[in-house]
Amino acid sequence: MTDNFPGGPVKGPFDPSSSANLADASRTARAEDPTEVPPDSAAVPLVKPTMAVMAEVVPDVQDVAEARSLWMDAWITMRRRPLFWISVALIAVFVLMAAFPQLFSPLDAYNIKDACDLNRARLGPDADAIFGYDLQGCDVYARTIYGARSSILVGIFTTLLATAIGVLLGTMGGFIGRWIDTLMSRTADIFFAIPLLLGGIIILYSFPSSPDTPYLLQVFKVVFAMAVLGWPNIFRIMRSSVMQVKPAEYVMAARALGGNAPHVIMGHIIPNAIAPVIVVATIDLGAYIATEATLSFLGIGLQNPIISWGIDISAASALGYVRQAPHMLIFPSIFLSLTVLAFIMLGEVVRDALDPKLK
Amino acid sequence: MAEVILKAEGLVKHYPIKSGVIQRTTGHVRAVEGVSFELYEGETLGVVGESGCGKSTLGRLLMRLEEPTAGKVTFNGVDMYSQTGHDMRRLRRDIQIVFQDPYTSLNPRKTVGDIIGEPFDIHPEVCPKSERNKRVRELLDLVGLSPEHINRYPHQFSGGQRQRIGVARGIALNPKVLICDEPVSALDVSVQAQVVNLLERLQRELGLAYIFIAHDLSVVRHISDRIAVMYLGHIVEIGDDEQIYERATHPYTQALLSAVPVPDPQVEATREQIVLTGDVPSPANPPSGCPFHTRCWKATEKCSAEVPQLVAHPDGGAGHLSACHYAATLG
Repeated sequence: MTDNFPGGPVKGPFDPSSSANLADASRTARAEDPTEVPPDSAAVPLVKPTMAVMAEVVPDVQDVAEARSLWMDAWITMRRRPLFWISVALIAVFVLMAAFPQLFSPLDAYNIKDACDLNRARLGPDADAIFGYDLQGCDVYARTIYGARSSILVGIFTTLLATAIGVLLGTMGGFIGRWIDTLMSRTADIFFAIPLLLGGIIILYSFPSSPDTPYLLQVFKVVFAMAVLGWPNIFRIMRSSVMQVKPAEYVMAARALGGNAPHVIMGHIIPNAIAPVIVVATIDLGAYIATEATLSFLGIGLQNPIISWGIDISAASALGYVRQAPHMLIFPSIFLSLTVLAFIMLGEVVRDALDPKLK
Repeated sequence: MAEVILKAEGLVKHYPIKSGVIQRTTGHVRAVEGVSFELYEGETLGVVGESGCGKSTLGRLLMRLEEPTAGKVTFNGVDMYSQTGHDMRRLRRDIQIVFQDPYTSLNPRKTVGDIIGEPFDIHPEVCPKSERNKRVRELLDLVGLSPEHINRYPHQFSGGQRQRIGVARGIALNPKVLICDEPVSALDVSVQAQVVNLLERLQRELGLAYIFIAHDLSVVRHISDRIAVMYLGHIVEIGDDEQIYERATHPYTQALLSAVPVPDPQVEATREQIVLTGDVPSPANPPSGCPFHTRCWKATEKCSAEVPQLVAHPDGGAGHLSACHYAATLG
């Protein structure tokens, strides 16, 4: 029974060599650290030159030792991918178009006197109007540029609203659990069962917009209709993500330190659980833009005289026009497809960069 | 003898087992089943036992990360489970924990400076904001890491370095008790030694008391002043390291020690090893009487009928308690 144990009854350093290493390590650390005497005054100059030197001399070495967060890693992965730059460039152009359409088109599409001339109805592209003219003789190019605003606004606001609801409820459900979680999950299931487009039709059919409803109110009607149906998607992802993070030891350590629920949620749970939500929200943004166009196409989303790609596509695809004047249909459709595609591509690139399992 | 700093009395933790559509409670996992012990200032109490014996649950109960089903923990005479709000936060400064897995115990989104500085964010009274960075650098230095690494992220460190970061966070608030929940089990043997030596150095310099939970008997013997052996949620034997390792009186402790291989091949070949048969009973359905009687070679009818109390025995010395009706040292 005696002397059974490596290490034995002898007290003292467990392993002399490693103990020496430990002493060495802390001694070296002290020697390297000039902050020891006046720590605060030296701290700033100590760090800054290191960072500056690294940025100037070796910006691209593999061992970027300082400050590489997960987002930094994701950025390093993403910036090597052409798809990332293509989608970012497209999104930048469309957002710019939505904010300042006059940069792209000298004609104001909302000014009917300048932009439209009934004599030119359905004429094909020419030097004045490179995309041709629509049914009312309006410049298709100007209308397509001005139509970006509706799509981008609806897409961004719907995503923001649906994500805010989904993240808030998902965090509560995943963190609190119990009957609150059950109640929220079943509620989300009910909304999840309604298809986005069908639900959008029902809601907008019940609360229709007329042509003289103000622009922003029309936009927000569409936004609310889609966000009400879109949040369960985000909720489910956030909830499962929070449930995955919650039992982690660093969360337990924060609780052991005395951190209250808001501290733990804001400091530890949300930062570690939000990544999949961002990916899905980006992809959903594309889907919302497509759905807005579909609702407007069906005549229950945005209403003429608001300019929207969906309305223009609807007008251009009436019987006979597709063959007679295809340019009326093609150009708004291309812009719509590119916008949706750009957001979906960006979402996929972000997903690849954030999910180490797919690498 | 030093003062008692932490005292557990009859700690019990049962987890409900739920089944069926309506999640009815159909039974309980008896993770901790009436554990009592005292921890003295500046000492190390080792807690050993096989997987699933309730060691980690005990650690979490002592941290009040879980609420107990029954029992009481007093810290410096203050009942921990009756504290609320501000008083509980104040109490948490004195009892801290180091976790087992250095890969999941540090938030991957935060820099080392933020991780070690977090205790000061929660308890700003300990260290004013202007001193925070300086204090974090001191802590890094204290655990043998370069203070320059303050802006790095956990994934840029090795397992042993990460465990040091965990230790630095644990000692940031100058606690009196540090609960080490298998702090070296996930590390390589050479790195284990570094972390163990670091813990010993900190104990000497800061006068900490440790509860050192582990399943590696040699590490526990090395670091501990006293050792508690757990089986199925019970402490079956407790004593100082010599009493436990040289004169164990509980059959389970004897079997546990016998399972450690002897480095000398000749001794190893000839020695008589106690080999336990059968599996550890499920804590959801523990045996009657002594929890160990299903696998014990000394068991009699009395063992399955009567629960043995943790008491002193003629074979054991002072402070050497054993929960066995037939406690005796081997041959």
